[in-house]
Amino acid sequence: MAVTFVRKEMLPQQPPPSSQVGPVRWVRENLLSSPLNIFLTLAAIYVIYVIIDHVGPWLMNSVWNAGSLAECRQILAGESGACFAVINDRWRQLLYGFYPSDMYWRPNLAMVLLLVAVAPVLFDKLPRKMIWFSAVYPFIAFWLLWGGSLWLPLAVIAGFAIGYAVFRGLSPMTNGALAVIAGALAALIWWFVAAAAVSDVLQSVIPLGIAAVPSREFGGFMLSIIIGVTGIALSLPLGIMLALGRKSDMPLIKMICVGFIEFIRGVPLITLLFTASLLLNYFLPPGTNFDIILRVIIMVTLFAAAYMAEVIRGGLAALPRGQYEAADALGLDYWKAQRLIIMPQALKISIPGIVNTFIGLFKDTTLVVFIGLLDPIGLSNAIRADSNWNGIYWELFIFIGACFFIFCFGMSRYSMYLERRLKTDHR
Amino acid sequence: MATMPDVRKDGFRLSMLLYDTRYRSITLQVIFLVLFAAAAWWLIHNTVENLKALGKDFSFGFLTVRSGYDINQRLIEYSSDSPHWRAFLVGLLNTLLLAALSCVTATVVGVLAGVLRLSKNWLVARLMTVYVETFRNIPLLIWILLIFAIMTESMPAPNAFRGENPASSMLLFDSIAVTNRGVYVPEPLFTRSLGNLDLGVFLVSWDLLVIIAVLLACVLANRALRKNAETVQNATGVRPVTWWKSLLIFLVPLAALKFALGFHLGLPELKGFNFAGGTHLRNSLIAMWFALTVYTGAFIAETVRAGILAISRGQSEAAAALGLRPGRIMSLVILPQALRVIIPPMISQYLNITKNTSLALAVGYMDIRSTLGGITINQTGRELEGMLLMMLTYLVISLVISMAMNLYNSSVKLKER
Repeated sequence: MAVTFVRKEMLPQQPPPSSQVGPVRWVRENLLSSPLNIFLTLAAIYVIYVIIDHVGPWLMNSVWNAGSLAECRQILAGESGACFAVINDRWRQLLYGFYPSDMYWRPNLAMVLLLVAVAPVLFDKLPRKMIWFSAVYPFIAFWLLWGGSLWLPLAVIAGFAIGYAVFRGLSPMTNGALAVIAGALAALIWWFVAAAAVSDVLQSVIPLGIAAVPSREFGGFMLSIIIGVTGIALSLPLGIMLALGRKSDMPLIKMICVGFIEFIRGVPLITLLFTASLLLNYFLPPGTNFDIILRVIIMVTLFAAAYMAEVIRGGLAALPRGQYEAADALGLDYWKAQRLIIMPQALKISIPGIVNTFIGLFKDTTLVVFIGLLDPIGLSNAIRADSNWNGIYWELFIFIGACFFIFCFGMSRYSMYLERRLKTDHR
Repeated sequence: MATMPDVRKDGFRLSMLLYDTRYRSITLQVIFLVLFAAAAWWLIHNTVENLKALGKDFSFGFLTVRSGYDINQRLIEYSSDSPHWRAFLVGLLNTLLLAALSCVTATVVGVLAGVLRLSKNWLVARLMTVYVETFRNIPLLIWILLIFAIMTESMPAPNAFRGENPASSMLLFDSIAVTNRGVYVPEPLFTRSLGNLDLGVFLVSWDLLVIIAVLLACVLANRALRKNAETVQNATGVRPVTWWKSLLIFLVPLAALKFALGFHLGLPELKGFNFAGGTHLRNSLIAMWFALTVYTGAFIAETVRAGILAISRGQSEAAAALGLRPGRIMSLVILPQALRVIIPPMISQYLNITKNTSLALAVGYMDIRSTLGGITINQTGRELEGMLLMMLTYLVISLVISMAMNLYNSSVKLKER
């Protein structure tokens, strides 16, 4: 029996059906795969159409140069259009509050230096020496923003130097703990007793300084950033201490930490801010009165630290027990174990939560408007009460919202980058 | 042969307090306690001194004094002649009302957005991502103020609804009026009302209680029906049809109740310069409610998404291999497991809503912060007592919510060993 037909060569490959390649396939799979999906697509297109239909012309017709809302409406002549002239008119106020306009270079410089100072913290590829600048930055920023004598921040830095000198001097003679305590005591004594007097004397001998700006002239995003950045920088270490305290074996310390955390987490931030502005005078010796911005920073820091502590506690709990036991087996003491084994891993686990707390803290800086500080929202209220701009709201809130969005979105993207970079598992 | 090192038998030395791990924790705690007590004593001492210097005492007597101010939104009887504690109660109820409303709507919005963000539909998923990122990254206060401004500045005034050819018209068959003074919705009315139950402090409508009781009875009856269906299914393998029985269980008693109480809706009507009849939802309530809903909704959406993503693909593949339909896979396999992941962060979102109601101050919603913490403090000058009472109240609310939700959490938690 003869074979009638044997194929000798392969047929040329056919291109896939046109419905299975390229954009057609993508559209079929992602937009039109089922009746429900088709309906969802149509609904989404309708929503997008409505938004563009309303917002498009409104943005296209924006007026950027006008002295008042009435003038804006005159220019628009009945057309729908945004009046961003209010931003053009008031952006300085929204950014700097009532900071003297001839000194805007100071917050600007502080902002630029801030970027330089946080860079080595954020990206570990940069030279490690830069961290020294980050350590000194708070004093530079304080001096640039509030102005006044240069000797005051120098005197405060001198406190650290004195404490360190005492510690180094004593540590060969006695044991470590005593030297640490003595160093801390020396620094504290210097700060509370001598620092102010010494800086005054030095100022009268060699006057060095720039014009002082009182706290009540601070405002706008400058204020939000000051409170936000300080709060962020202080709440992380405090949160770590609280989390460790809560996991401690010592019942008393654990009790106090739990009580503190649960109390702070149980009340709204507003009540704490009101406590700072109304009640602090009751709790402090008669006649003491300290800066309102400082009070707010303390309260915001305490508030964020309690949340931070819970986030970090979650990270500590997620760490396998073997890690703790391995650290003990290596003979590390408590602090070494925390520093070398536990914390690097626990913090890595809790990065998303930590950054969320930071973002929350930055957004919460808007609440200072309730105690009379002029943050962007307080200024927006003032602008809307102005007879020129009475009745404007979209443009202002879009501007303020966009500024907050940039900061917060940037932080969340950075946390994602960090998570990716620190990822060591192979999934 | 193992040798034991000689245990030094010399007695207790002072340095052991610091270097011997047996004593160190006690030493540290004692130092800590002393510092803590000193700080507490210092604060209390200062407070006592300051109060004395101001000629004030520490008492909550101001709560029984006539308040002398009005509250525009009240769920219970209140007038300016009522004492301060009643104003406090009105504020507390307003806070709880706002928190409860927002929790419900934020959950609905959040679950919807979270599920849609995981949708296979590219367009919808992107749209939901934009929603979540926009609302999560902009402070709540801006949303509250923006929505309040939209309500008061760009909604029509009541007189726009007047005349033959009005500029604005009411929504949903002339039952809801959105004006710049607030939203007017239909109110439930009863022609054969049962009157009120006097609880001593405030009145509770019998009608409401009866409705709740009947609804509860319906739910219980329905549960019994389903349980019965399940026993039959387990015994015979065939599940009896229950849907029309469930429908009857709910519809018949409610229809009977509607007839017995003479339930009907009172529609808002334009009378004079404003709307009359119906329930008036003030702009402050609308702004707070709406802002809390969309803001917290975005957070809940993330929680829900994370919860669903946390269930490994193997679970849905296993369910598919067992032959379950996609809807069944979701309801029987994915959701019950995702719920365990979702609930704990959801608790903290509900707590956040409750705490964020205190922003109501920005739009003049009369919550506990505005009544007790605002006007009462200003009028009586009792900052210390007022703030303490307010913090305590928030603390109790938070603890009660987290306790209730934790109970629920432990009931759905995976039972291990």
